[in-house]
Amino acid sequence: MKKSRGWKEKFIPIIAILAFLLIWQMVCFFHWVPGYMLPSPVDVVKALVNDFPLLMHHAGVTLLEALLGLVIGVLLGFVTAAIMDAFPVVKSALNPILVLTQTIPPVAIAPLLILWFSYGITPKIILVVLVSFFPMAVGLLEGFQSVDPDMLKLLKSMNANRWQIFWEVKFPAALGTFFAGLRIAVSYSVVGAVIAEWLGGFIGLGVYMTRVKKSLSYDKMFAVIFLVSALSLLLMELVKVLQHAVMPWEYKKEK
Amino acid sequence: MDRILRAEQISKSYSDKQVLDEISFTLNRGELVSLLGVSGVGKTTLFNILSGISIPDGGNVFINRAEEGAPEEWTQITGVPGELSYMLQKDLLLPHKTILNNVILPLRLKGIKTKEAEEKAEALFAKFGLKGTEKKYPSQLSGGMKQRAALLRTYLCGNKVVLLDEPFSALDTITRSSMQEWFLEVSEELKLSTVFITHDIDEAILISDRVYLLTGTPGKITKEIEITNPKPRNQAFTMTEDFIGYKKEIRKSLFVDQVAFS
Repeated sequence: MKKSRGWKEKFIPIIAILAFLLIWQMVCFFHWVPGYMLPSPVDVVKALVNDFPLLMHHAGVTLLEALLGLVIGVLLGFVTAAIMDAFPVVKSALNPILVLTQTIPPVAIAPLLILWFSYGITPKIILVVLVSFFPMAVGLLEGFQSVDPDMLKLLKSMNANRWQIFWEVKFPAALGTFFAGLRIAVSYSVVGAVIAEWLGGFIGLGVYMTRVKKSLSYDKMFAVIFLVSALSLLLMELVKVLQHAVMPWEYKKEK
Repeated sequence: MDRILRAEQISKSYSDKQVLDEISFTLNRGELVSLLGVSGVGKTTLFNILSGISIPDGGNVFINRAEEGAPEEWTQITGVPGELSYMLQKDLLLPHKTILNNVILPLRLKGIKTKEAEEKAEALFAKFGLKGTEKKYPSQLSGGMKQRAALLRTYLCGNKVVLLDEPFSALDTITRSSMQEWFLEVSEELKLSTVFITHDIDEAILISDRVYLLTGTPGKITKEIEITNPKPRNQAFTMTEDFIGYKKEIRKSLFVDQVAFS
């Protein structure tokens, strides 16, 4: 019973995706939608294969921007969350500002960043930092504060100092929400980099996207959309693998 | 027998509500003393004060630093954490650490090298019935085993006095009985000096040398009962005339206003 259920959980989504692609292909095949507006999945794959070296060239830059921004965003988020956890005054002061910054759409600040920092890699990285910082800071802060007050009492009774309490208890307790935040931040970071590239630059998947848009190559547009989501998915999977390696206790539960 | 811990006239209030009223008691070396009372009588508040993580409004805690047989050397430890080994009600094992790494935590906090701490702890795993669990995570252990691990960690704090706050209350009856017997043996072997909080009359009589009754609001020590039967005891003791006698005496004091128990 249990085995068949696992099988179902794995294969039902795959079948659903295949069915979706099949319907899409049929829509194109029978010309229910004109071919120049909606390329068929087969066309998209063709475009992807034909342009593969060029796409990889652009993807490399986008990934570099995303990862650099992500690393800086994670570090900043970590420091901010740790300070907010240690000093309640800072927490009350920063909380509304943090939430407020998140209501500003990245598309709106990207042009400003380009005006300030020109067309190079810097404005892209800054945008990625801005979008990845928030989920990290929020996730980590939540994790730090999730520690059982009795646990803190116990550590205090053992005469542990603040630093020891942080590294022995609070930081490990925040790993779960850290990885949850990281999964979100990773997908935001790729999207953030692409958005920044749209609005000005010489290289990157976003730049490629604006170019193929101008030449009305719908198949290539779809190809690059697929590539962007594939990259996000890949990075999210990587985060999962990393979590398994870092948190073995989460996966070793038995009676 | 010399005294090892003294609490003198400890009082505590929280926002105008008095919780503890001039609590005084003593603990002798190698003795197990229970503080017995209903929930909400301030037992845990008292432990927080004894362990130094909470400061009383009035009164003091003293510890005798002298070795056995030497003249008493009293030091005031009111509001000083790290002097007594405190085990809270929950096991509070860190889920991300193996049992071995959990129990050596108090040693590492004191700056003892991991290797040295591990050696010291590993030697005690068998005594605490934890052999083979060293590399396991807390989530892989049963409730009783987790309490044993928490007790080992408390013991490794290495202080002269152990404070146990209802350590067995979350366990099922059968596990609790065997844990009580096991604990009696171990505390005899390790010559522990223990203050034990419980709301379970049977448990208090079974394991204690003396029982202090804590009653009322604010909590006050209203009676001290000595359980003179020889130790170690086992569950058979709970069926004896003596046991029933103690139980009647305690019930009478605890339910002094209730006709049904007079």
